[in-house]
Amino acid sequence: MSSTTTAAYDDHGHGPEKGLLRWVKTTNHKDIGTLYMWFAFAMLLIGGSLAMGIRAELLQPGLQLFEPQFYNQLTTMHGLIMVFGAIMPAFVGLANWLIPLMVGAPDMALPRMNNWSFWILPFAGAILLSTFFMEGGAPAFGWTFYAPLSTTFAPDSTDFFIFAIHLLGFSSIMGAINIIATVLNMKAPEMRLMDMPLFVWTWLITSFLLIGAMPVLAGAVTMMLTDRNFGTAFFDAAGGGDPVMFQHIFWFFGHPEVYIMILPAFGIISHIIPTFARKPLFGYSSMVYATASIAFLSYIVWAHHMFLTGMPVAGELYFMYATMLIAVPTGVKVFNWVATMWKGSLSFETPMLWALAFVFLFTIGGFSGLMLGIAPADIQYHDTYFVVAHFHYVLVTGALWGIIAAVFYWLPKWTGKMYNEPLAKFHFWWALISVNVTFFPQHFLGLAGMPRRIPDYSLQFADFNFISSIGAFSFGLSFLLLTYIVVNCIRNGKPADARPWESAKGLEWTLASPIAYHTFDVPPTRAEILAESQSN
Amino acid sequence: MKLLFKLTGAFIALLSSKSVLAEYTFNMTKGVTDISNDIWGLHMMVFWVCVGIGVVVFGAMFYSIIAHRKSKGAKASNFHESTTVEFLWTGIPVLILIAMAIPASKTLIDIEVLDKADMTIKVTGVRWKWQYDYPEEGISFASNLAQSSMDVIKGTPEEREAVHKEGGYLREVDKRLVVPVDTTIRFLITSNDVIHNWWVPAFGLKQDANPGFINDAWAKPNIIGTYRGQCAELCGKGHGFMPIVVDVVSKADYAEWVESMQAEKVAELASATQVWTEADLVAKGETVYNANCSGCHQKDGTGIPGVFPAMIGSEVANGPAAYQLNLVINGMGGMPSFKALSDSDIAAVITYERRSFGNNGSVVQPSDVTSAR
Repeated sequence: MSSTTTAAYDDHGHGPEKGLLRWVKTTNHKDIGTLYMWFAFAMLLIGGSLAMGIRAELLQPGLQLFEPQFYNQLTTMHGLIMVFGAIMPAFVGLANWLIPLMVGAPDMALPRMNNWSFWILPFAGAILLSTFFMEGGAPAFGWTFYAPLSTTFAPDSTDFFIFAIHLLGFSSIMGAINIIATVLNMKAPEMRLMDMPLFVWTWLITSFLLIGAMPVLAGAVTMMLTDRNFGTAFFDAAGGGDPVMFQHIFWFFGHPEVYIMILPAFGIISHIIPTFARKPLFGYSSMVYATASIAFLSYIVWAHHMFLTGMPVAGELYFMYATMLIAVPTGVKVFNWVATMWKGSLSFETPMLWALAFVFLFTIGGFSGLMLGIAPADIQYHDTYFVVAHFHYVLVTGALWGIIAAVFYWLPKWTGKMYNEPLAKFHFWWALISVNVTFFPQHFLGLAGMPRRIPDYSLQFADFNFISSIGAFSFGLSFLLLTYIVVNCIRNGKPADARPWESAKGLEWTLASPIAYHTFDVPPTRAEILAESQSN
Repeated sequence: MKLLFKLTGAFIALLSSKSVLAEYTFNMTKGVTDISNDIWGLHMMVFWVCVGIGVVVFGAMFYSIIAHRKSKGAKASNFHESTTVEFLWTGIPVLILIAMAIPASKTLIDIEVLDKADMTIKVTGVRWKWQYDYPEEGISFASNLAQSSMDVIKGTPEEREAVHKEGGYLREVDKRLVVPVDTTIRFLITSNDVIHNWWVPAFGLKQDANPGFINDAWAKPNIIGTYRGQCAELCGKGHGFMPIVVDVVSKADYAEWVESMQAEKVAELASATQVWTEADLVAKGETVYNANCSGCHQKDGTGIPGVFPAMIGSEVANGPAAYQLNLVINGMGGMPSFKALSDSDIAAVITYERRSFGNNGSVVQPSDVTSAR
């Protein structure tokens, strides 16, 4: 290649392409990050609307709005859309936006694959949603799709569900490969692994979880596909298979999946708390090791979801002990956050409010998780609203809280503009109160004996269901305000400083605001990296 | 903030107007078996451990939030590492966990290990009812959601409250499981179709019912009374409508009950050898249909397109009787086997399906069922 063509090549493409095709063809990590975030937000609103339907039916005893079959479709699709459509893509979007900036790289390592892994998502999401309009309705077997309810007894649309899961899996695996390649190959040459910010660390570890877990899910749905259509009997006892094997395979994916949805949030919180405590993160290296320990343990505890399937007592004891062990590294993280705050100089801007609420409410979800891990007690909790309360505390006030905290924290960097602080604070308190009104009473319902996934309930459960539904409607409504705050920031926000939070650390804050379309054409120096590092 | 107070106020007002039922509980209740009380004890122990940890962690967190505020002029320290502290807050939780694991393991082993049972009951989950078999006593019957609850699912709140006072809305069945007090009962739990879960909270017994496999569990209820539960594993659209009601009775009452059930069975067998009139078959068949078939094929026979075939104009109900007999007795695909029903019940329900819904199939007699089995 002659030097003139090289020069011409270097010369073009400093700004984004004009028109809508920019978004279709883009290989820019910031554009793709934005696409991921808006897609996730759209899915959050759709999944949230389904949840509003669920809570509307449960507002009072009796069947008022939906037939039970449709109710089951609502719970199933709510779970699937929130897990695969909202939480996971939102974290991948954050990774796209932030990881190249945090490691001083010009872009993701595999930009074309990056484009592809995003553009699979809208099609997968559309296929999944289209099942609502098919004969026999959408999948109605819960997001855990236990065989044989999801094989022999499932509606025809299940094959479309399987295809959608395969596509979502491709997308996730490619996203994970891209993140690993970016972190390990594209980070600034002067940056060592133990200099990396915690969001990068947690995502690197999460990527390995994704690569380990998603193919197992693909295997599970492929076996379902052949059981349904090609005469195999993996999960059919009549043909020599075993429905419990499905649960082992599903949860071998499903438990790492739980940590896929929370580890990046741990990373986010580890950025926000030091910034607003004006104090370095306490125990950087123990945070890294704790994250790695949680990831390792996540692969060896899967059958604690299956204590009632008829496992031998030795198996139950092992899975109980291994599960209880997870409390240790998770506890270390919480203690480190509290120690970071200790003797700091705290201020409470919106991202900090979300981060503090995360620490408090995620820990409550952790406590109920510890209770669920005690196998004999799990007999009474299993498949009740106690479980529903538990995983909404860790996923809504955990994963989602982390994402919202991240959005407020980095929005000034992404848009170059500041959001409306008083309005954002009001929104925080609204969401915080309503989310607790929604989910806290569900603990009581579960302990009183209300099973999950039922469209109608006995009258002793009426009061708390009523409270929970009112809370849910209010919580749902709060997202309209969130939409307004974000759109208003993009359109009318006041210009933000390059480093809008005075003591924020990280290479992303060294870049000018509004951020250029291409950044870190020249990698940061060792001195710049050390000055912005969390680890010193 | 003012708006927030107003909203909270309106919310509390709404609540107080609703609390007429006032039946709710905040916590798990103690049961009527030793195991269920052990579980309750574990639950409370772990709960208080969590409260203790919560007080320490959240206490430190809120102290920091209040005392170390920038607005109060707090200056940030710069400490960010301490191996001693990390060691302590790894080690102390491990010790707490070990202390919890010891009693938990003991209870778990008590639950899972049973040397000798006094009697056995087989529990089979069938979409969407429970089939109970007492193999030693030769008793078997199905237990469906009570008609009184079924009738008011779409009724008014007052109707539901009336039903609830007489046993429990969605927590009452047509035929209850009856067991003797102070007796170790082994439950063999399985399923005919999808995975169900047989849960009686007061027994501390919850076990998956897996198709093709048998799980066992046991209970020794100490107190006479009626205990209610329901299916605890999503099993399709009737999942919320599969209650479990167990009457724990004195040993004498139990013996009496066994005798009456056995006498009923003898009468049932005798009726199966007779030739029935079409009207009798259709009348009995309607009851059997509503209890066993209407969950899928619907009360009016319209089915659910794409999932459950309609009865109206059905090729099966208008075709040869032999095919339908085989289908009902042995099941096929998503259709479960109904061989647990008596010959006269099967004859009646098939005749009802063939002679109602505008169908024009032939009449089926109990003797036809006997020979088809």
